Amino acid sequence: MPSRISGWGRYPWIEAQIAVADTTSAARKHLLAWPDCIARGAGKSYGDSALSQNVLQMTPLNRILAFDADRGEVVCEAGVGLDKLIDAFLPKGFFLSVTPGTKQITVGGAIASDVHGKNHHRCGCFSTCVNWIDLMSAAGEIIRCSPQQHPEIFQATCGGMGLTGIILAAALRLQPIKSAWIDQKTIYCRDLDAVLAAFDEFADMPYSVAWIDCLAKGACLGRSVLMVGEHAGCGGLSLPEKPTATIPFSFPNGALNSASIRLFNTAYAWVHRRHAGESRVSLDQFFYPLDGIANWNRMYGNRGFLQYQFVLPRSGGADGLLAILSAIAGMGMGSFLAVLKLFGPANRNFLSFPMDGYTLALDFGIQPGLLPFLDRLDRLVARFGGRIYLTKDVRMAPWMLKEGYPLLDRFLQVKRSIDPHNRFRSLQSNRLEIA
Amino acid sequence: MNLLIAGANSDLAVCLAETFAAMEKPANILLASRNLERLEATAKDISIRFDVPCKALAFDALDYESLPGFYAALDPGPDWVILCFGYLGDEKKAEQDWAEAKHILDTNYAGAVRFLEIVAADLEKRKTGGIVAIGSVAGLRGRKSNYHYGAAKAALGVFLSGLRNRLHPAGVRVMTVLPGFLQTKMTQGMPLPALLTTSPNKAAALIHAAWKKQKDIAYIPGWWRWIMLVIRMIPEKVFKGLSL
Ligand SMILES: Cc1cc2nc3c(=O)[nH]c(=O)nc-3n(C[C@H](O)[C@H](O)[C@H](O)COP(=O)(O)OP(=O)(O)OC[C@H]3O[C@@H](n4cnc5c(N)ncnc54)[C@H](O)[C@@H]3O)c2cc1C
Repeated sequence: MPSRISGWGRYPWIEAQIAVADTTSAARKHLLAWPDCIARGAGKSYGDSALSQNVLQMTPLNRILAFDADRGEVVCEAGVGLDKLIDAFLPKGFFLSVTPGTKQITVGGAIASDVHGKNHHRCGCFSTCVNWIDLMSAAGEIIRCSPQQHPEIFQATCGGMGLTGIILAAALRLQPIKSAWIDQKTIYCRDLDAVLAAFDEFADMPYSVAWIDCLAKGACLGRSVLMVGEHAGCGGLSLPEKPTATIPFSFPNGALNSASIRLFNTAYAWVHRRHAGESRVSLDQFFYPLDGIANWNRMYGNRGFLQYQFVLPRSGGADGLLAILSAIAGMGMGSFLAVLKLFGPANRNFLSFPMDGYTLALDFGIQPGLLPFLDRLDRLVARFGGRIYLTKDVRMAPWMLKEGYPLLDRFLQVKRSIDPHNRFRSLQSNRLEIA
Repeated sequence: MNLLIAGANSDLAVCLAETFAAMEKPANILLASRNLERLEATAKDISIRFDVPCKALAFDALDYESLPGFYAALDPGPDWVILCFGYLGDEKKAEQDWAEAKHILDTNYAGAVRFLEIVAADLEKRKTGGIVAIGSVAGLRGRKSNYHYGAAKAALGVFLSGLRNRLHPAGVRVMTVLPGFLQTKMTQGMPLPALLTTSPNKAAALIHAAWKKQKDIAYIPGWWRWIMLVIRMIPEKVFKGLSL
């Protein structure tokens, strides 16, 4: 029976055949029976990367298979949630080496998007801590790939958006930690120059991220709050229980308009200016503030929303940010959440998003005029040598992909060699002509 | 405790294993089911996360002849057995196809009886522990949508109450669990009508709590008792015209 599904942005919705992979054999059976398919984890990618007419639901493959405390290595199935890993290993003194801003995603999704965290400038992407991956190819064979074994397949799979095959299991290196708490420092930054300077000043801190008020104009352009943090040395390894709020229904379309966002942003900036300084917060508060509100994606109404995340190389990046922030402030198309980060060097994976420079992520409710506006931003991003993050994308055109990802051809070579009939495809790969 | 879960591949069974592993230390857990491919991964997962010994065993409730040998080989013998296997089947098919009907009756009733008698004899002799068996609210009144399944679960319910009566003098407990609708992993990440469904996680926690409180019969969640009370009070004359 077909089900209606969407990505986290709730745009677009499609009808899809969903089959459950609860064993390797079940995954193979469905894969071979279908003309094409795409794997789906927790469905937290914003756009259309995990949407297709045939979807293999990976979350039932969710077991931890081995743990070596001496090496901090865990072997697990691809549908294991990051939250499950944290629950299991935090009490033993281990934490993920790299984590995105939500723990409600799967290991398969983290690898396929080669996700980054607040420590990219120091630790790189998720793939940095992946020792190996078991990948099921289009023919149903299981290939173990790693930086040493079939390195090209490994480099295509990390960041490859599920287009090289089905990730069945992986071995991950966790980092040892002493505490479930983070010592955090909050720095209020007047404008863009101030926040970029603050990033450099705190480059030694393991974690950093800035929230930016992208509606602020003129002299305040780039007004932000930078948060940096490091693992505390004490405080115990258990997390405090925390209630979850739920957004029970979709807000009316347009409830998050530029007026309400301006209000929120101003209040937020004001509060942080008052409370700038040092504090100790739990891992959950520091890394996953939004996980405390279930279904917050419904705040954007039934029309849904998207996230526009781009990166600009460091040289010229500041000018690029200025140009793009001015365009956004000028349009008045406010973004509730705008997150700015400093990235470290790019890795060797063919479609991995980060590169040495600045990344900005903006949420926009779907509204008339948005798509042409983002096409305009694309041209700016391209002019400054940047690119768009595939796991957030739902709209970019093929030229923008080619422009931003110079290793696309190498990716395609590998994909064609292990998936000659292009069986792994998504709405996104069709749109972007990745075949 | 030494805990054996029979039919351990269901979502509820896995959640029960996790709950008991987390709450009842030291625990030694045996997971038994037909599909070892899944079960072995689950056993590793539980033993790593909860630091308990956990093993996967091949078990087929329909292979009646194998059951005494299976049980005799358990070392150490379990003091608690949770019976989780069951087969909902296809009602429409069961109405025309005796093989399907028999499969439903055999799994939910005959297989359960065959196995529980073996367990009961042992526990009665050892005067320890007990049995937790998953029945269903579907066994409390026949409905056209699943009366083969319901009838088998109803029979199981009567069997369990008799067994409880018999084992009581030996201090061996028998708990009947009556869950309502459960939401399973198969539907994870897909929109579900959430009103009457309980997650297997929540259900497992409620079952564990009822077990702690030494309940004989536990509705999961408790308000199903009242729903079923109302449904059972509807006169047959009226009920036969309804489509519930
Ligand atoms: C609140 C929030 C904060 C976020 N913060 C960050 C952040 O800080 N940094 C960041 O990098 N990302 C971030 N993200 C994005 C998120 O980390 C990625 O989209 C991630 O890939 C989602 O994983 P998932 O399990 O939900 O995968 P899905 O959304 O289900 O799938 C995403 C992609 O992975 C592929 N995939 C999934 N499982 C498999 C598998 N087993 N085998 C092969 N391919 C597979 C799918 O085909 C698809 O292409 C955030 C998302 C949210 C909602």
